Amino acid sequence: MSRPGDVEAAARLISFGMRPKQLPGRDVVYADLVRRYGEDSAFKQLTNAVAAGLGLMVLDVSTQAGAVLAATDESVFEIKMDSYARQSKIRERRDTEKVLHGLVHLAAAALGYPRPDDLANDTYIGRVTVEQVDGVVREACRILDERAAKAEENNDPLSDAPELEQAWRAYARRPAAAATKDGRLASDTTRGMVARALRFLAEQGFLVQVNTEQGGTYRTTPRYQVQVRELAADSAFEELLELGVVSVGDGAGTLRPSISDTLS
Amino acid sequence: MRDADLIGAGLADEGLARRLKALACTAPLHDLDARKAKLDWADATIYQMAEIGLHTIDQVTIAMDFDTGADHHEIVNRLRPFIAAQAPGRAKDEHERVARWVLDNLINVGTADRGFRRVYGSVDDRGRYARRAFDFKLLVELAAPDGEVYLRASDEAINVLVGALDTDVESAQIAAEVKLENLINRGRLADAKLAAEQARYRTVQYGETLRAKLDATRRDVRAVDWDAEMPELLDSALSHIESRFRAENAILKNITTARDDAEDSDRKRRAAELVDIVGDCISRHTQLQSRLQAAGAIFRAEQDRQQFSGPPQRATVDLFGQLLVPTLELPIADAVRPAERFFHGSSGLSVPAVPALPSLVSMLLRPAPERDKVVGEIPEPELVPPETLDYYSDEQWRQADELLELPDVPRRLSGLIAEARELDPQLARLVALRAVHSYSPEVGAAVRQGDDRALLAVDDGTPLADAEFGGADLLLATARIDRGDEGEEVSA
Repeated sequence: MSRPGDVEAAARLISFGMRPKQLPGRDVVYADLVRRYGEDSAFKQLTNAVAAGLGLMVLDVSTQAGAVLAATDESVFEIKMDSYARQSKIRERRDTEKVLHGLVHLAAAALGYPRPDDLANDTYIGRVTVEQVDGVVREACRILDERAAKAEENNDPLSDAPELEQAWRAYARRPAAAATKDGRLASDTTRGMVARALRFLAEQGFLVQVNTEQGGTYRTTPRYQVQVRELAADSAFEELLELGVVSVGDGAGTLRPSISDTLS
Repeated sequence: MRDADLIGAGLADEGLARRLKALACTAPLHDLDARKAKLDWADATIYQMAEIGLHTIDQVTIAMDFDTGADHHEIVNRLRPFIAAQAPGRAKDEHERVARWVLDNLINVGTADRGFRRVYGSVDDRGRYARRAFDFKLLVELAAPDGEVYLRASDEAINVLVGALDTDVESAQIAAEVKLENLINRGRLADAKLAAEQARYRTVQYGETLRAKLDATRRDVRAVDWDAEMPELLDSALSHIESRFRAENAILKNITTARDDAEDSDRKRRAAELVDIVGDCISRHTQLQSRLQAAGAIFRAEQDRQQFSGPPQRATVDLFGQLLVPTLELPIADAVRPAERFFHGSSGLSVPAVPALPSLVSMLLRPAPERDKVVGEIPEPELVPPETLDYYSDEQWRQADELLELPDVPRRLSGLIAEARELDPQLARLVALRAVHSYSPEVGAAVRQGDDRALLAVDDGTPLADAEFGGADLLLATARIDRGDEGEEVSA
């Protein structure tokens, strides 16, 4: 039977988790609660239950990452893609905008954890820069373009069905940079989107800015690793499995073979 | 033969699609000339916009090297003398504005993608006709490591410029140089200059190809076969440079002699220009060579950084191969779901802010934050002045007003038309139209507008006898609008 004091402690652990930049290493109370979560299974259950009641999932609780929480669907804590990518008014354009923003986030994670091992290894810390994230997607687009050019049939997008256009074409077409009248970087370019995504992730405590070279250099945090590994990658993967466009791999990573055969 | 076969035989030809695309690339240039008359800030018809456009692409192409191209300002400065030559009498500001206008239009500023789209038709294997979109860019903007935005010419633009790019870069360059040597031997320097310029474009293009490959390998070491492919690539590039050095130095020596020996000043100048161009080619090769030498070090550094990793610990998803690439391959409509799911999972929480009164006060008193570095551009729309819709001139309206000013005695339409015809043949029609309009006068509107009178027309059954107009010979009179206490009242 749980006592009010236990419930308060569980709720406090969750409230620590809501402050992503606060870490157990820097707070004795937090560290104590994290340790208790690991050792006391009743406390663990209680914490998970409190979180579930708030519309949250406990992804992981560890000394490195602290309490990593995720919002369930329709939770008050959820960040909607629509509000993140609110820019375009036309419906088809809004879809394109959403996909581009999603791809940027996906590429940031892919660059932060280039191999499956990196994602699995708790001590791995990746580095991402604005320039590289944009570069990785553009490189993938270039390879897909080469592949499309090799295919016999004409696969330029149909002009009357823009929603059937492949995502990589939309990304490749979007300029990387554009000068505005006052010399700033335009936000609807891909580099503008990447810069925004990385800044957003840094605010969420998933990245830490190291310096401003190459448009902004960041390192990943253990929290981001947990978030990507335990939730984001799997849920996106499930969607792709449902669409039948990927098969379960052997864990060796596909980066190498998929690229080398097209560079020759 | 069925119709489908006939169409298929004529159209299912890749060459047609290629030619249509090549044609599309020139469209933005023609468009410049088509729209120049509509510019409201200057009478731009005097400028040859397509020429300026081609010259712009030339200038950007020449400024391209391995790291950066030219920025907007530099290009505008380089364009000014050329534009000034077309209209020496115009102001300097106007020349600069024309340069900016052409540059902006070649980038296609104002659209989200900053590119062009042309629709073309193609016939697939089954003989079905489908409209497809061809997206291309002429000038692209890229960010340099220092954050500055600079310009590069796209492949399509170089194609428009140099033409016939469906050829092997290296052999085309050899061909161009053989041609050049021939021309010099025969003393035809004007042609030689053209050939030398083309050779330079080819050099730039070759450098671009290599740059893209080097960039790709720097990003991802494992993308490249280190055992055979890369050394082979570097070797062939180096030997290419070696042979070009030899050829170009020989040419340089030849034309330098030609320049010094030439007596005709024009020929001397042409030869001097050619020396400059070939000198530039050589410096580009040097640049390419230093890049090639540094490539090895980049590879080794990247390899050290990426090569060592422990054994697999647990099965996870391969983010690049299993998520990013498959999502990129999906149609936009299908890609929304996975992209959204990933974002949802990786974006974390947003903790709703609960304002407390003390913090709200200090929040309200806080000075406004500095403007964010990345804010959407506000494109300045280029407004085309509307075509004049007035069929009748102000003078004609004034004359009609005078004729229709009939405060005392009503008059017949026929008489008014005859009088109007004497003044101006067109005026008669305006008078007739206004007479017909006043058959059902909008008294309410006239009152709202604050008019003190309105034109009234009455049909008393007399037909109009006129060569141009038919109908009733209306009786016309101006009625004063009386604004009494009981609202409006019309009295004739």
